[in-house]
Amino acid sequence: MAYSDKVIDHYTNPRNVGTLDKSSHKVGTGLVGAPECGDVMRLQIQVDDNNVITDAKFKTFGCGSAIASSSLATEWLKGKSIDDAMKIDNMDIVEELALPPVKIHCSVLAEDAIKAAINDFRVKNGLAPIESEKVHH
Amino acid sequence: MNIPIYLDNNATTPMDPRVLEAMLPYFNEKFGNAASRNHAFGWVAEEAVDYAREQVAKLIGASEKEIIFTSGATESDNLAIKGVFEMYKEKGNHIITTVTEHKAVLDACKHVEKLGGKVTYLPVKEDGLVDLAVLEAAMTPETILVSIMYGNNEIGVIQPIKEISAIAHKHGALFMTDAVQAVGKIPVDVNADGIDLLALSAHKIYGPKGVGALYVRRKGPRVKVTAQMDGGGHERGMRSGTLNVPGIVGLGKACELCGQEMESEAKRLSALRDKLQSALTVLEESYVNGNVEHRLPHVANISFKYVEGEGLMMAMKDLAVSSGSACTSASLEPSYVLKSLGLSDDLAHSSIRFGLGRFTTEEEVDYAIEVTKKAVTHLRDLSPLWEMFKEGIDLNSIEWAEH
Repeated sequence: MAYSDKVIDHYTNPRNVGTLDKSSHKVGTGLVGAPECGDVMRLQIQVDDNNVITDAKFKTFGCGSAIASSSLATEWLKGKSIDDAMKIDNMDIVEELALPPVKIHCSVLAEDAIKAAINDFRVKNGLAPIESEKVHH
Repeated sequence: MNIPIYLDNNATTPMDPRVLEAMLPYFNEKFGNAASRNHAFGWVAEEAVDYAREQVAKLIGASEKEIIFTSGATESDNLAIKGVFEMYKEKGNHIITTVTEHKAVLDACKHVEKLGGKVTYLPVKEDGLVDLAVLEAAMTPETILVSIMYGNNEIGVIQPIKEISAIAHKHGALFMTDAVQAVGKIPVDVNADGIDLLALSAHKIYGPKGVGALYVRRKGPRVKVTAQMDGGGHERGMRSGTLNVPGIVGLGKACELCGQEMESEAKRLSALRDKLQSALTVLEESYVNGNVEHRLPHVANISFKYVEGEGLMMAMKDLAVSSGSACTSASLEPSYVLKSLGLSDDLAHSSIRFGLGRFTTEEEVDYAIEVTKKAVTHLRDLSPLWEMFKEGIDLNSIEWAEH
């Protein structure tokens, strides 16, 4: 299966690989997927007092598309408000990376990781987690 | 050195130029139908086929009358299993095989089950070998066939064929083996090994695709299989269809070359494979899958824990290898062979199969070592699981959300 140039670019030069201090109440961490399924994503956001994401980091165990999806997600998250970040849709990732149907689950996982990170941040700061009602494509 | 480097010789092999040369005249110049008995065109083709039959037979210690040409090992496996089931149904309806067989055997067995047959799928031990006591216990008076592969395509383990065939014969069953990965790579002798039926393929031994053979024993006992395709009654009535003369000539030549070069090649390849394996298992948390003593000389299947196989292959794009990770398939199920060794899914997802071949050079192996090491390190830097492992977190203590 051929990968798109954008997947190869993100895979070869992944943006924002790393780890933020998960004990900080300004950091939200989302860990999604399972080793048995061959995909685990950890996505972290650093949020300032205005609810703007100032930094985002990831580490991913998975195929090239999974790595590229999470790398792209961190790029998109930086500078976004929490509210705008919640609006990132997995299909935006599919479109940007030209993922084939068999790789759509990688984008779903990236969206799940974003939401999990935001919810972790919310819970840490005394807010209720947001339930996602979206049905994935 | 040409990039990418081909290290997937268990999937298929490049054709040896000497094989191609042998085949070429039979496409146009000597195009006759081997079944045309009454003119020179037919005689020339028939002679070429007869010669190839001898070449194939010689490689496995058989008589040329025992070789049935087919379109490849999938057809040979199907013909053997379904053909024996049909031919011997008066005698019994039970077949024994293993869970690590090639799909051609497993799916032919499933077909037999649909026809009312009973099939036992034996588990294998952690090293991939069949437990002889378990085989013995599975034999029944109804057992007509034991079908167990010679060498495994994914991990390369070689089954104790002599012991297995002895058990089958003791209980009055025939013994069949899918020897696609073993023939031409290690000595295979149908008499010494007690084999009644054997499937082989040309394209795994530097011959062309689309041709293979089934060995069917003629003496002690005389084995018969019911044809699975109706037609002109070629190949002693067991396989109808005009013979693929150029392909058969290629298979014959490929067998002859393997016979001549196997011994030195096996030594050369096992030394290269061992070099690759020792260099890669220096990496932390890397494991060789399958028994390392009873193993084909050219195969190494290694799991690099905490990295995912498909992602790893992408970082190793200069190498053509394959992975036990089935991330590309819709099922997301990793290799059933690796799972049947008791490997956890994550280790199965993390495996890479290196398959060396006749045209693999030491320079290529050295390069493969460098590329693989770099790729594993790169992906571990990206892996949250590696980070957790390094922090001493037990991954089993985490509640993963399976998706």
